[in-house]
Amino acid sequence: MLAFTLRRAIQAIGVMIAVGIISFSMFRFAGDPVNQIVSLDTPAAEREAVRKSLGLDDPVVLQFARYFGNAAQFKFGVSYQFRQPVSNLLMERMPATLELAACATVFAMVFGILMGVYSALKRDTWLAKVFQAVSLIGISLPTFLIGILLIYLFAVVLGWLPSFGRGDVVRLGWWTTGLLTVSGLKALIMPSVTLGLFQMTLIMRLVRAEMLEVLRTDYIRFARARGLTTRAIHFGHALRNTLVPVITVAGLQFGSVIAFAIITETVFQWPGMGLLFVQAVQNVDIPIMAAYLLMVSLIFVTINLVVDILYTVVDPRLRSTLRRPT
Amino acid sequence: MPVRHTLFAATTMSIVALAIAPASAQTLRYANQGDLKSLDPYTLNESTTHAHIGQVYEGLIARDKELKIIPGLAERWETPEPTRWRFHLRKNVKFSNGNPFTADDVVFSADRVRAAGSNLQTRIAKDAKVVKIDDHTVDFILTSPNPILHSQWDTWYIMDKEWSEANNAAAPTPAAATSPSFASLNANGTGAFTIESHQPGVKTVFKANPNPWRKPEHNLKEIIFTPIGSDATRVAALLSGEVDVIEPVPLQDISRVDSSPNAQVLKGPELRTIFLGMDQVRDELLYSNIKGKNPFKDIKVREAFYKAIDIELIKTRVMRGLSTPSALMIAPQLFPLSRDFTRPKLDPDGAKKLLTEAGYPDGFEVTMDCPNDRYVNDAAICQAVVGMLARIGVKVNLLAQPKAQYFAKVLKPGGYQTSFYLLGWTPGTSDAHNVLHDIMGCRDDPKSNRGEANLGGYCNKNLDAIADKVLLETDSTKRDLMIKEAFEIGAKDFGYIPLHQQALAWGVSKKVKLTQRADNQVMLYWATKQD
Repeated sequence: MLAFTLRRAIQAIGVMIAVGIISFSMFRFAGDPVNQIVSLDTPAAEREAVRKSLGLDDPVVLQFARYFGNAAQFKFGVSYQFRQPVSNLLMERMPATLELAACATVFAMVFGILMGVYSALKRDTWLAKVFQAVSLIGISLPTFLIGILLIYLFAVVLGWLPSFGRGDVVRLGWWTTGLLTVSGLKALIMPSVTLGLFQMTLIMRLVRAEMLEVLRTDYIRFARARGLTTRAIHFGHALRNTLVPVITVAGLQFGSVIAFAIITETVFQWPGMGLLFVQAVQNVDIPIMAAYLLMVSLIFVTINLVVDILYTVVDPRLRSTLRRPT
Repeated sequence: MPVRHTLFAATTMSIVALAIAPASAQTLRYANQGDLKSLDPYTLNESTTHAHIGQVYEGLIARDKELKIIPGLAERWETPEPTRWRFHLRKNVKFSNGNPFTADDVVFSADRVRAAGSNLQTRIAKDAKVVKIDDHTVDFILTSPNPILHSQWDTWYIMDKEWSEANNAAAPTPAAATSPSFASLNANGTGAFTIESHQPGVKTVFKANPNPWRKPEHNLKEIIFTPIGSDATRVAALLSGEVDVIEPVPLQDISRVDSSPNAQVLKGPELRTIFLGMDQVRDELLYSNIKGKNPFKDIKVREAFYKAIDIELIKTRVMRGLSTPSALMIAPQLFPLSRDFTRPKLDPDGAKKLLTEAGYPDGFEVTMDCPNDRYVNDAAICQAVVGMLARIGVKVNLLAQPKAQYFAKVLKPGGYQTSFYLLGWTPGTSDAHNVLHDIMGCRDDPKSNRGEANLGGYCNKNLDAIADKVLLETDSTKRDLMIKEAFEIGAKDFGYIPLHQQALAWGVSKKVKLTQRADNQVMLYWATKQD
């Protein structure tokens, strides 16, 4: 077990280094950061000085080595745009993104499971057909379009919800939360729905399919024969067995929810890490781009690692294959 | 050139302001496409940043609603000799931390703005001496006369010496700072507002200065600034009443905002001139099918390009009526004689004839570089130009890129890698000399910074000679005539194809009254808001 974990951890580090190399080589095509730092009518000599002080004149290999040397010590440099340490900026923006991702996931799980169960049990009702249609929309419409439609309807026409930002936040230590104020909660609704809609439809379809499958199995038939109530059969036995794959998928999707919050955050001007990243790309802010990409890959790698380890814990069959000599 | 501050005008203005200002103080919410990245007034020489910081800091001079120079922290000034300027500072002005404003602060700010790391080093010449005469008099001693010495000083903001030194911010925060600086996150100015909190990229809160030296024209107690990058979201926030002022309103949304019950669009001409340039330096174009020679070196080809462009069509179709076609490389607000110039008539047949005479009866192929996120509808303008040139047989391959990539390619550090391009320029000095020097000046002398933004390398030595004289001429009538002569040379050479001045479009709630200035600086100290 320990050997397995170690092996996966080493693989994870390899993945991170690969991500670093690929992203670093792409930054050269992002444009010249100096143009974004100084104004258009800045004399060339002054531009040269800026370029030199950023170390952009050095060969790419040297820049890369320097960056990784620092990153290994958790030093991610100073943002070109904001003149603040990147790690501070990321820490400041992280609560916003994590809160949004968590709310989106909860929304997706709750509504996805409810709608999935309903449409599996009452397949031919009109409501189940509506759910199916909604899930098609959720899968096929791009996120930014959904966001803009929601803003138009609920902020401009109805005036119920704010169109941008986080509302008022409460500071708890280094963490800021919008969950404790009315305006913060209101501000969370539309971004969470926008971000979670795709996951919700995914979960709904998964639950529906799994549920239909499970309801056809023998033990459900025996349970019926034993005279258990329909409710106990549906929710005590069928749903519980359906949830294993659902949780796996939702867990794995949490990483992509964080990563793809970029678009939702841009549409709603949500002050999270995704928005920070988009602004960094527009302004060729290499320190932020590099740190963000490394962090997202770290999140993905960690989630996958945890899932892999959990599998072996949960499923005895996997453990036995591990023990077998290769 | 003595400038007298007319006390009478100021008093009248403040009485009028008091009369219209409603009694209760208001919170104004403002959203801009761009961000306020640093509060250090010397880090970035860019107009939106200057406008934001100008709510807090002030310069020795100021510019009024028509962009005319008026007294700021200096109440008057004179030039006893052409190379000596004397500024009399306003008394009883305090920074927001309570420190008095004195000549020491001016001398300190003059050193700081010229120090390494400042992006505003050109505000005062390196070899100029700044001398304190007494607590409220400062002399600027120059090595050569400069009639426009103070023209850019409305955005050379004066900082408090004591505060800066106490907070380890005596040196400007360089663009390439390796550690965060106090002055980039905090501010201590003499202006109408103070900074309450500043979270870069998220939110900045300004509070009205409780003890301003100038009677406030606004009725605000607070400004909450949020950057909103997404066009649709910014417009939605205005329409839903969550923000009171937005800049800019995208062209396609203007009618929607105007037809809404609670907001409208303030429109007006901007100072920036959009123009096309052509590589006239290389013996063979980098991106063309003509080998061994450069068609743009032939004046007939440049004239043909100019005459092929239907500027009215660009105005009506691409800019939806919101542009002012321009015959000059400078906006009419900045040069009084600009009305003497007219664009040559649109003449595609004549253009075709000119191309034939130049030896290209079947036209030729050239690549055009164009930004697609820098100016209003920039890529659409380029597309229109491609179609218009196709009518005279020139095949233009359009390379429209985000500004980050575009500027990396075409500017000097990228090696001026372009054959044909679109660019916009606002003279930072609000003066024609800047255009004659930076855009229309020859760039053949590697030691000089003349023509550094002349990406196509248009060159006429006669124009340069006049530009040098313009710099030294102190009589404004003579000076304007010289500038006119220089622009005539440029027009006769078809060195550039000026297109238009784009329009400003600010979205403003109907509750808010705001003055729009042509330099696109949103000055909220001229804003009043009703309940």
